[in-house]
Amino acid sequence: MAALTETEAAAEAAPAPGRPDAPRRVPRWRRSLRPYLLIVPALLLTGGILYPFGLGLYYTIFDFSATKPQPDMVGLENYLTIVKQDAFWRSALVTVMYAVGATAVETVLGVGVALLLNRGTRLGRTLEKVLILPLMIAPVIAAIMWKLMLQPSVGVINYLLRPFGLGGVQWTDTPTGALLSSIMVDVWVYTPFVAILALAGLRSLPRSPFEAAAVDGAGRWFTFRRLTLPMLWPYVLVAVIFRFMDSLKVFDIIYALTEGGPGDSTVVLQIRAYLEAIRFQRYSFGISYMIILWAVVYLASMVLVRYLARAQRRAAEVSQ
Amino acid sequence: MDTIDRRRFLGMMGASAAALTAAPALSACGAGFGGGSSAGGGSAADEVTGAFDWKRAQGKTIKALLNKHPYTDALIADLKAFSEQTGIQVKYDVFPEDNYFDKLTVDLSSGRASYDVFMLGAYMVWQYGPPGWLEDLGPWMRNTAATSAEWDPGDFFPNLLQADQWSLKYGTPLGQGGQYALPWGWETNVVAYNTEVFGKLGLKPAETLDELIEMAATIKRKAPGAGFDGMYGVAVRGSRSWATIHPGFMTMYSRYGLKDFVMEGGKLKPAMNDPRAVEFTRKWADMVKNGGAPSWTSYTWYQCSSDLGAKKAAMLFDADSAAYFQAIKGASPASGKIAFHPGPKGPDGSLATNMWVWSLGMNAKSENKTAAWLFLQWATGKEHLRKAALEGNHIDPVRKSISQDAAYKDKMKDLQGFLDTFEAVADQTKIQFTPQTQFFDATTSWAAALQEIYGGKDAAGVLNGLAKDLAPKVAG
Repeated sequence: MAALTETEAAAEAAPAPGRPDAPRRVPRWRRSLRPYLLIVPALLLTGGILYPFGLGLYYTIFDFSATKPQPDMVGLENYLTIVKQDAFWRSALVTVMYAVGATAVETVLGVGVALLLNRGTRLGRTLEKVLILPLMIAPVIAAIMWKLMLQPSVGVINYLLRPFGLGGVQWTDTPTGALLSSIMVDVWVYTPFVAILALAGLRSLPRSPFEAAAVDGAGRWFTFRRLTLPMLWPYVLVAVIFRFMDSLKVFDIIYALTEGGPGDSTVVLQIRAYLEAIRFQRYSFGISYMIILWAVVYLASMVLVRYLARAQRRAAEVSQ
Repeated sequence: MDTIDRRRFLGMMGASAAALTAAPALSACGAGFGGGSSAGGGSAADEVTGAFDWKRAQGKTIKALLNKHPYTDALIADLKAFSEQTGIQVKYDVFPEDNYFDKLTVDLSSGRASYDVFMLGAYMVWQYGPPGWLEDLGPWMRNTAATSAEWDPGDFFPNLLQADQWSLKYGTPLGQGGQYALPWGWETNVVAYNTEVFGKLGLKPAETLDELIEMAATIKRKAPGAGFDGMYGVAVRGSRSWATIHPGFMTMYSRYGLKDFVMEGGKLKPAMNDPRAVEFTRKWADMVKNGGAPSWTSYTWYQCSSDLGAKKAAMLFDADSAAYFQAIKGASPASGKIAFHPGPKGPDGSLATNMWVWSLGMNAKSENKTAAWLFLQWATGKEHLRKAALEGNHIDPVRKSISQDAAYKDKMKDLQGFLDTFEAVADQTKIQFTPQTQFFDATTSWAAALQEIYGGKDAAGVLNGLAKDLAPKVAG
């Protein structure tokens, strides 16, 4: 049979005119408009995001501050001043150390916890429910809670460590201690997030490659390294991308725990921006810090997303 | 029929979005980015004429932003009296101190008039005054139609009224220019100590900084053996905040004759890296290390005060009110055993003391200025403040008449050394900082520097770095 043209096929599919179940003919102009109406929410949403962003970007080319409400245009001077400051580079380093440290530990622990829970024991199922608890607590509350627990003299952590001769640890009083303590709180709050994503990934992996490996007599380590991990990696990477981007933007945990101290040791870029814009009221300067932070997060996430695409292709190859 | 072309549609949307974006951005450019200035055009006080009348703004409602504080509690408890006297209703929001100033700063900088009156410290005048956020209360004070004859500005301790008065120019002394707030409650920074541990260890309050340093270390060493388990010598603030610098540290710094900034060639120059200042700062950090709280870098006045009350700290070098709230009957395990002393003198016997003045200010954008002024008058007036001092815990009266009031003295007499200490330092208590708009940046960075020195870094290096960083910011 000869192929029908598009018009003929449409005419054949349509009910005969005059029949009661015949659909009402939609005017052509309405059909043309429909796709555009459908994208209106998306356009509004995009505008809602881009407008404040654009306005913020615009403010950075002025020297707008509380003491200068009628600002001059200064071009890129705010950015140049920032990158010339030692304080900026110290903050950038602390931010990267925090983000890399927190994300790495959370990934390793999260995947480990997910592997343990995936065994399907009764204990595992109970722990799954407990696991989500830290995620239900606002990070700032978690930080305050940990601040109390880490108090050297009255905190429960030193109390528990006392029998081991470690009761006098000054958790947040030294630069290294403050950074590690902040990372520890981040790990406590967000490891469950990684674990839940990894667990979901583990449960969605195809069975056949594992059955084939078992038939071939492959060991546990070999199966994990050659099958589980490559196929799970895209799921883990999604968690890594979220956690890394979030950790680069951290504010609440560090501010509640250390206020950026001692000295400048935990002043991450977000805290520096807050101090500049809100505390010291140098608005343009503060926003410039935020724009720099945004650029860093954007570039980092772009690299990770590209890597994610490669990982997904590799995982698809392994699962076939 | 004319159909909508996809390209045309997207072009129209893009143009609309650009127009929407550009309009406020351009208006922001022209309008000075919000905030605004009250400069020029006289004062709203000039519109108030005729005889003074408390009922002038009857039926109005004003909104107040308040910090959670015992002084605030006394004010709120008496608000009914204000409403009865004036017919004005007061709505208020109370925030804890951790968030209070951020809330106030954001609110004022938005250029809105969501609060007509608010609490602020005198330092905030340096930040909120130059952008024109604060109403100059001078014209209101001088207008007899707006101000009751009984209000009596001459009754305020002069240094307190001057603390809220500034010309808005970098480095110029206080007491000149506009009156941007009114003193409402204040605090001197002195030493409060636990008489029980002092008695057991045979100690007397330190008269010099070296004695204080030695005493703090001695107490930390010996107090546990005398039955005060876990007690350390002296509680002082240590968090990475401007609030760490202004109480004990700045008081003792000033008693040593040291300055935060000096004026050179018409420009401010940081002086915290002066060799004598470096030596002093090193000593202060050593005192904390050897005789202070174990987690000092997180210490705010709340922790310092509660440690004194909980018998964890033998001494507190901070606001007298911070000790007072622990000393009153039943307030803490140490109540009844806390005494007051002016603290160590400087090398030349100076008792120069830095102060904190809780003040009340008016939003320059307020649409209820007459009602707001009546409220400020009432809240800083003799009647309310006397009641707040006697029935509440609004101590350290800003008015001389209340500090000399027999009933007030009778109330305070059981607190060992409180009145003597107050009288010893009152005249030498003033704001010891140099007024300048970068105060919060300078003092926050100074606190961070102090933490670094406490952590073992070289004091001279850290303070030189601080001075280098601050120099361009405060040059004016």
